[in-house]
Amino acid sequence: MNSISQSFSTAFSLIFSLDAALWSIVARSLWVSGLACLLASGLGVLMGSWLAVARFTGRGLVLMMLNTLLAIPSVVVGLLVYLLLSRSGPLGSWGWLFSVKAMVLAQAVLILPIVAALTRQLVEDADKLHGEQLQSMGAGSWQRAVLHVWDERFAVLMVLLAAFGRAIAEVGAVMVVGGNIDGFTRVMTTAIALETSKGDLPLALGLGLVLMAVVLLLNAVVSGIRLVLVQHDASAAVQGVRL
Amino acid sequence: MKAQAAAAASTIQFDLQAVSVRFGAREALKNVDLQIAQGDRLALIGANGSGKSTLLRVLHGLISSTSGQAGQMSGCFHLHEDVRQAMLFQRPHMLRMSAQANVAMAAWLGGTPWALAKAQALAALQRVGLAGEARRPARALSQGQQQRLALARAWVMQPNVLLLDEPTASMDPHAKREVEHLMQEFATFADPGSGQAMTLIFASHNLGQVKRLATHVAYLEHGQLLVHLPVDVFFDSACLQAVSTQADAFLKGDFV
Repeated sequence: MNSISQSFSTAFSLIFSLDAALWSIVARSLWVSGLACLLASGLGVLMGSWLAVARFTGRGLVLMMLNTLLAIPSVVVGLLVYLLLSRSGPLGSWGWLFSVKAMVLAQAVLILPIVAALTRQLVEDADKLHGEQLQSMGAGSWQRAVLHVWDERFAVLMVLLAAFGRAIAEVGAVMVVGGNIDGFTRVMTTAIALETSKGDLPLALGLGLVLMAVVLLLNAVVSGIRLVLVQHDASAAVQGVRL
Repeated sequence: MKAQAAAAASTIQFDLQAVSVRFGAREALKNVDLQIAQGDRLALIGANGSGKSTLLRVLHGLISSTSGQAGQMSGCFHLHEDVRQAMLFQRPHMLRMSAQANVAMAAWLGGTPWALAKAQALAALQRVGLAGEARRPARALSQGQQQRLALARAWVMQPNVLLLDEPTASMDPHAKREVEHLMQEFATFADPGSGQAMTLIFASHNLGQVKRLATHVAYLEHGQLLVHLPVDVFFDSACLQAVSTQADAFLKGDFV
């Protein structure tokens, strides 16, 4: 109980004292996960849309594997990327191990299945409902996929938010490939893990609160964007404003 | 000119021989034989689940022998090569875009450059009385307006065959009248190139609408096409009873 109240005061003092070390960790976390999310969303939306409209033998198997990858432990992803990037690994010559690049790569690999699987489901459902209409208008399968993604853009935005949440909250992958090097590859989750093992629970909990606050803020921003877009739709509906 | 029109009218656009469709274990169409000539206005009637929508989808090419899970067709279906068709669904799906962009999209998918497509869309919207709504989001329009928008979308595709799946179902009388009026306009429109009349094929539960719009009527029951007659013969009770007691019973409303 004591450590919880203490951690709150530690968290607030850390945040409001604009502690440089803390903010560099927060910034690095956002940068790594943001970039990973950007990469994974580009590729994942493409993959998901393609899987939704493509018909080939073994598709069911691919979907099953993709859905299984939703539950892949982040340390396993970290381990795989570690093996790829280690000196004796196939990409060892890049020299990326224990760098921010390796962390971005690991997180992108981690969340790619989330974006792909959820987009696949979204687009496939939309195609079941409205595919005939677009087919009737002469749209091929790729054109249908693109139009469905555009139609379901609010839902796609939520998928990307979920993927970002998974990336910024995971600790295993960045720990393995980044190494939690102070001032270099330390992010919020690895810092929390370290402080916990060092026994500095208030600081660890404080960092946890900061992490939650950052994600909360991001959620608020995305909800705000959503709200503005939806209201824009609604007001355009009333006033005849150009969309 | 008249002789030419008469000759053109005899062109068979759709020719179905022993066409069956099954969705898994369910047989939605059984052994349908049907010829539809250019310029025909054919009404498909029958109870819900009698196969009207499935027949329309077969005619539109949405169900083929290779379409897999969407339904498996067997039998022989021959489509005349000059057929350009557009279809109106019962609940038209509008993209989350402006009304004009929705219509322009249909033209663009047909190969028209986007700038030209937008201009054509505006003209088509004018035609269905929706020019004032061009910039509104399509999904904000009322059901009747959306169906008119769907007609504009069909119009811009420059079809010579228009398929409609219960286009005025669950609409208020006013909206129904407007859509029906547009269907009439569509039907009497002659292709500027060939001077040929539009072929209209529509499913309907509204017998008044069928009398007003159709030249031929086809009656379906449990996936079977039982009757295909000119409209005046179909609504002649004595004739219909002689051809099919089931269709006659359906018309009289004691269908079980």
